[in-house]
Amino acid sequence: MRTTFLPLALLTVFAVVAARGVGAETKAAPKSDHAVATAEATRPKVVGVVVAPKESTLAKDESGQLTVTAEYSNGSRKNVTDLARVASLDRSVVAVEKAGAFRAVGFGQAYLVATFERRSGVLRVVVPRPLPDGFPKAEAHNAIDRLVLEKLEELGIPPSELCSDQEFVRRVFLDAIGTLPTPNEVRGFLDDPDPEKRSKLIDRLLDRSEFADFWALKWGDLLRIKAEFPSNLWPNAVQAYYDWVRQSIADNKPYDRFARELLVSSGCNFRDPPANFYRATKKRDPQGFAESAALVFMGARIGCASCHAHPTESWTLDDNLGMAAVFSQIKFKSTKEWKEEIVYLDPTQVLRDPKTKQPIAPKPLGDKPFSLSSGSDPRAKFAQWLTSTRNPWFAKNLVNRIWFWLLGRGIVHEPDDLRLTNPPSNPKLLAYLERELIEHKYDAKHIYRLILNSATYQRSSTPNALNRDDVVFFSHDRPRRLTAEELSDAIGQVTQVWDQFASQIPEPYSRWPSGFRATQMADGSVGTPFLELFGRPPRDTSYESDRDDRSSMRQSLYLITSSELESKVAQSPRFRQWAKSKASDDAIVEEIFLLAFARRPTDAERTAALRHLAANPKSRERSLQDLMWAAINTKEFLFNH
Amino acid sequence: MNRRDFVKLIGATGLSLAGEAAVVAQVANLADMTKGKGPSDKPSRAVAKSVIQLWMGGGPCHIDTWDPKPNAGQAYRGPYAKAIATNVDGIQISPMLPKMAKQIDKCALLRGMTHGSNAHEIGTYMMQTGTTPSADLVYPSVGAVVAFKRSTSGQYRGALPPYIAVTQPLGRFSEAGFLGSAYKMFATGGKPNSPEFSIGGLNVANQSARIQQRRDLVAAFDGLARSLGDDPQLKQVDEYQQKAYELILGDAKEAFELNKESDKMRDRYGRTTFGQSCLLARRLVEKGVPFVTVNWPGWDTHARHFERMAKMLPELDQGFSALLEDLAQRGLLSTTIVTWFGEFGRTPKIATQPPWNGGRHHYGKAFSAVVAGGGFQGGKVVGETDPRGEKVIKRRIYPWDLSASMYQLLGIDPAGRLPHPHGCVAYVTPPASGNSQPSEGMLKEIM
Repeated sequence: MRTTFLPLALLTVFAVVAARGVGAETKAAPKSDHAVATAEATRPKVVGVVVAPKESTLAKDESGQLTVTAEYSNGSRKNVTDLARVASLDRSVVAVEKAGAFRAVGFGQAYLVATFERRSGVLRVVVPRPLPDGFPKAEAHNAIDRLVLEKLEELGIPPSELCSDQEFVRRVFLDAIGTLPTPNEVRGFLDDPDPEKRSKLIDRLLDRSEFADFWALKWGDLLRIKAEFPSNLWPNAVQAYYDWVRQSIADNKPYDRFARELLVSSGCNFRDPPANFYRATKKRDPQGFAESAALVFMGARIGCASCHAHPTESWTLDDNLGMAAVFSQIKFKSTKEWKEEIVYLDPTQVLRDPKTKQPIAPKPLGDKPFSLSSGSDPRAKFAQWLTSTRNPWFAKNLVNRIWFWLLGRGIVHEPDDLRLTNPPSNPKLLAYLERELIEHKYDAKHIYRLILNSATYQRSSTPNALNRDDVVFFSHDRPRRLTAEELSDAIGQVTQVWDQFASQIPEPYSRWPSGFRATQMADGSVGTPFLELFGRPPRDTSYESDRDDRSSMRQSLYLITSSELESKVAQSPRFRQWAKSKASDDAIVEEIFLLAFARRPTDAERTAALRHLAANPKSRERSLQDLMWAAINTKEFLFNH
Repeated sequence: MNRRDFVKLIGATGLSLAGEAAVVAQVANLADMTKGKGPSDKPSRAVAKSVIQLWMGGGPCHIDTWDPKPNAGQAYRGPYAKAIATNVDGIQISPMLPKMAKQIDKCALLRGMTHGSNAHEIGTYMMQTGTTPSADLVYPSVGAVVAFKRSTSGQYRGALPPYIAVTQPLGRFSEAGFLGSAYKMFATGGKPNSPEFSIGGLNVANQSARIQQRRDLVAAFDGLARSLGDDPQLKQVDEYQQKAYELILGDAKEAFELNKESDKMRDRYGRTTFGQSCLLARRLVEKGVPFVTVNWPGWDTHARHFERMAKMLPELDQGFSALLEDLAQRGLLSTTIVTWFGEFGRTPKIATQPPWNGGRHHYGKAFSAVVAGGGFQGGKVVGETDPRGEKVIKRRIYPWDLSASMYQLLGIDPAGRLPHPHGCVAYVTPPASGNSQPSEGMLKEIM
């Protein structure tokens, strides 16, 4: 314990230096440091910063002015507009000029963040685009759409049309359960005349077992479920933990209960699965646990404050330590059973301030310290605080994440960086979803259902002339490359040749049967070079950005030349069977399109495909392989759109 | 280094004024970042254009290679009773490396390497990234950093990927770290020592007609390209596909055609996987590729160590010496850094008992590395171990001292910035930028 916290002596210096804040004499001669520190102790502290106005609407090229007022610990106030640092979070919309003056340089919305002595205030500036024909009437299915359209109308961004049924069926399968629809599912959906068929399909998908698989995969990322370095859970514990997480999702366990069970967990890694929450941490100390809990359940990055005070937030090392004190009693012990480990609480363990050596009281971020009776588990108090309906982080964090998972961008972006100085693009929308989750007793599926049924989710990915540049306000769908696991499964589904999984360590050596999908994999340590190439998260950290959905030249090279893909195509049982069958070329071409794109071919596509088959009559199987290879290499296949 | 060492270090320096100045600088940098100023790093003068990294995965033994201890007794030196002279007065190496003995004038032997970790993952991470593991940030390897810097600065625009591994990726750690998959190494796969060596396993030579047909089909099928052709993400994919086709159909692929070399040249490198991989590395560097890793796993010799060395060391001797000689003859050595090391060394004392039967285990406390070319001076020794090779007694060289020196010669400021994934500050070489780590500085004595 003691050795764990010694390095903090150094870190405290970071905090002290940082606390001098902006405009402090960073060039101060070393000799005067002590004097500065003493003066620091007696000077009134800045406790808040108020920015006025709170909102401002400008025409393009128009200028505005804000004032920044600092509030001090002795009750005094001071205009610090000239001293504060003001930053525009979108400089393509609003540019900051001198001393609180700003100018609208583009259409849209930008937040201005004014920071003084590590306290910040925020101003929202709106620069609407004038629409000569007014804002068009757009489809709305539920409250989400009304709030999104209100924002779009305010900014003058007309939304795209609703997507077609064929776009919808592929998109919703991928987003809800991570797989492509089968040709029969596509045909069934496209040919169904029921006007309610979209919402009925959504209901069916939310009840499928693949839903639990796919979202257990996501939570496996967040909880870093992995047998080996750096989580080092070990295979049996991975399986126990994963099964618990997956079952919780399959049961639609209320999210507050899910979080509480993880946070107050203790016991054996094999028999008490949630106890692995504390084992799957590279940094097994109270700060490590606190940083992990804050990131996963609050979307708060307090890890920043473990080496320096946050540059714009008021979070300091003390906040980090207050949170860490919640987890100070956690200890681990091994047993005689191979790789068994017990997580238990030792009430005598106290976290001490690295400088004063005084015990630190458990204190949740931005709130008062807990009052605890002796012998009580501070984690239980923390879990209660976290899952209270008044908690400002918990529900907001989850709904924002679900929105990000389904639409590819958070209302707050990055989706795991909630803080005053990183405001939501649409605050009312976020507040609405937060309220819905709480009012529905933390039923996460309710949020999935609301979002998937919204016209906002169902908009086309084809932009119009005025919303082409919008990436923030959800005026149209934005194509996203299939994730590594989705793509591995999609290629398996099309070719019927699946990636083979085998464990790397002999505990015991395991092989998974052919047809086992990458989206079902419990253990982040078991994978393939393909998954790595397409950016599966290494589960080193819980950040959403650990998953890399960007494209790369290496991926293109793989798709074009790899012998692995080539042999999947060449050995595809589906295509061998077709080559031998009497099925017409026309029917086969249609099937390929349904498989890969969840739509029927256009006339031009059909003609191109048939021409290719006709040109090579002697090698029908080879020509069919070319069609499949070509389908896999299109952007329409590689992207969810 | 564990936390305890770290604490000791801080205690020893008492957090010097220099340390605090660095802290102040860091806070000031943070302020710059949030003001929206991009990271500033002026590239310094680049001496080296490329790096060939000979990676001895598993950890090669220093005593059996570059730091012989003939007087330490058989329990340490094993069968290698005599060290041999080299073409530089006063420098001796293992008797198993006679061809390399004629190339030592081109090499600096770094006998003071140390980092203290005996775990493969951590040792690999430290040697490949030049940083220590942290809770929150996974660093890119030196190769990924070079690929990133050379690509984003426009200094490298070739059709070949900027960071190539011959033939397999390293594994055990995420090469690109927070820079993301775009800067990950491209692994050639295949068997360079076989007559039909080709990249990615697909021999495209006779298939260009079929490839063209397939490209036409892709164009005919791609509905998304038609409806969303100018989406930046999709355009990016087009660009990558274009590059991939250039690589497999254009001139660039010639770099991989080892049969364009004379038999004599191929024999000189040795008809082994390692030898032909070195030859391929030279061809890639000739085409301007900034970073090539020749990955030779198999140095993790816990058991029957000397039987393995009897086979491996001659292959190493042949390939490594040919590479240095060939680079020098072509005038490429002055602009190409060649490095040789693994994640750590091996225990100086030989484990004689079963099941090891003459094995050596992991040893991160003292080991050797070799650097040559690209501005590093040859014919030098840096650092010294005790008579048994168990600890460094003169000039400790940490992984970040070595990586910072390489960056410097490559014209990449070791104190420059990398894009931090969470908008914080990340340095090219964190320890070189004021983060307190044990360090005896860059390898000024050979630069």
